[in-house]
Amino acid sequence: MLGAILDWLLSFQIYLPIAETSISVVLLLALGGAVGFLSGLIGVGGGFLLTPLLIFIGIPPAVAVATQSNQVVASSVSGVLVHWGRGNVDFVMGAVLLAGGVIGSSIGIALFSVLRHFGQIDVVIAVAYVVTLGSVGVLMLTESIRALRRVRRKAPPKKLHQHTWVHGLPFKLRFKKSRLFISAILPMGVGAGVGLLSAIMGVGGGFMLVPAMIYLLGMPTGIVIGTSLFQIIFVSGYVTVLQSWQNHAVDILLALLLTIGSVVGAQLGGRIGVKLPGEQLRLLMAALILGMAILLLAELVRQPDNLYTIMSIGRG
Amino acid sequence: MAWRRLLSVVRAMLVLMIGLMPLPMASAKSIVADIDHHLVAITTDFSGQDLLIFGAVDQPGDIVMAMWGPQTDVQVHHKARVAGIWVNRDSVTFGAVPSFYGIASSRPLIELLAPDVLDKYQLGVGRLQFKTIAADAPNVADYRTALFRQRQRANLFADKVGRVTFVGDTLFRANLRLPAIVPTGKFLIEVYLARDGKIVDAQTIPLVISKVGFGADIYRFANNYGFAYGVIALIVSLLSGWLAHLIFRRR
Repeated sequence: MLGAILDWLLSFQIYLPIAETSISVVLLLALGGAVGFLSGLIGVGGGFLLTPLLIFIGIPPAVAVATQSNQVVASSVSGVLVHWGRGNVDFVMGAVLLAGGVIGSSIGIALFSVLRHFGQIDVVIAVAYVVTLGSVGVLMLTESIRALRRVRRKAPPKKLHQHTWVHGLPFKLRFKKSRLFISAILPMGVGAGVGLLSAIMGVGGGFMLVPAMIYLLGMPTGIVIGTSLFQIIFVSGYVTVLQSWQNHAVDILLALLLTIGSVVGAQLGGRIGVKLPGEQLRLLMAALILGMAILLLAELVRQPDNLYTIMSIGRG
Repeated sequence: MAWRRLLSVVRAMLVLMIGLMPLPMASAKSIVADIDHHLVAITTDFSGQDLLIFGAVDQPGDIVMAMWGPQTDVQVHHKARVAGIWVNRDSVTFGAVPSFYGIASSRPLIELLAPDVLDKYQLGVGRLQFKTIAADAPNVADYRTALFRQRQRANLFADKVGRVTFVGDTLFRANLRLPAIVPTGKFLIEVYLARDGKIVDAQTIPLVISKVGFGADIYRFANNYGFAYGVIALIVSLLSGWLAHLIFRRR
């Protein structure tokens, strides 16, 4: 009975004009919804989950990556409006991160075109995922286990941030909301690095930016999510236009369906998320990120069934 | 697209005019042939289509048809393990590979024409010849085989896409089957008249296969006006994010 209903639901196929495949509408909505739910629960965009899933269900990797950045814009807009209302956005920090992000993502998209031309884009996407997800996952896992232990021992949290050599860099700027007085080079570099990776990976970059802002820049946690979302809107918007322009790989219909699913999912996730303890949520996210990294790594290491890939170049 | 359609109509009219001439007088032409549709529209629910090709010959003979899709250069990559992971390593590029190739004939090809003639006209999937444009591997033949295997498995290269049948001695017809994943572009159908192991005459029928409908319009817009498309995509996502916020805030 359930199977029959499922079959009936999956029978609503939609032809995606840029991806050039037909895919079930319900599947896309559910995928967007599930990832949106998790991201609402945890507080990041969820692009790092959605892009590999899209590739898995048969969307060409280049289209999945480009379209995902379009979907990230929508979810970040609805997210940032909430944080803005609570005054949790540091616009100065966001602008500096953004300047770096634009530089980084421009390089990323140029690189994307070149790699696509040489037939290496798929493997670079996969490797970028394994490396970033793997390192962020390990970082978060150790951090959240340490934090859980700290909660149990009821030990006082460590101080805001340590002073190191990076605080001696020039172009110092005062970030009032973040209560920081640091060199602008630092957030700009972070923005550029994340921008480059997110252009290649088709993610907003929240899962990289959030830890980088907390651990590298030493920003207060409350400001981090709103500020990263603010920056992500612009970088992803920029990537969307550039991907459309240079690679013709953004599928508007796919983005729209994913957006509908994810905004509904994110609202549900967000409501349940506030009732759950934050440390355990972070542990869950770390596990999720690591799981995805291991899955993708296994796919890279496994010998493919067909060793030859065929690519048409140019039109006759 | 309109000019293409016009062109094929003009061509069809020319073919018909030649066809209407009394056969004995048109001594240069031993064969006339035409197709029922010069334009195949691929809509979102396209699941393949049959093409009817019909014609006449002046004296009894056999018919061989070869359908050629638009040609592109094709790069074949070979995956190899580099530092533990599988990446595309060596590649070979073949020039002018048809995106579709199909054969239909009134009798098996080998009974009709000598192997050297079949080779010359590239009749039969196994006899297709591609130029190697670039190669960074010595075993080009393996890459060629891989390309053939992939195209054949996808039904894009087929030795039998239909059967040519004669109605009486001089009238013939054939149904050619286009698969659901047929590529788009300008196709050519070469119709050959074979007699006594030789090709006596030939005619080329053009065919245009193109996508139509909403999806095709989006595809075309995205490819021709990438920047405008990107801006629209951005506006749509900004609006939908804002809308989502409004809807859920009021609850």
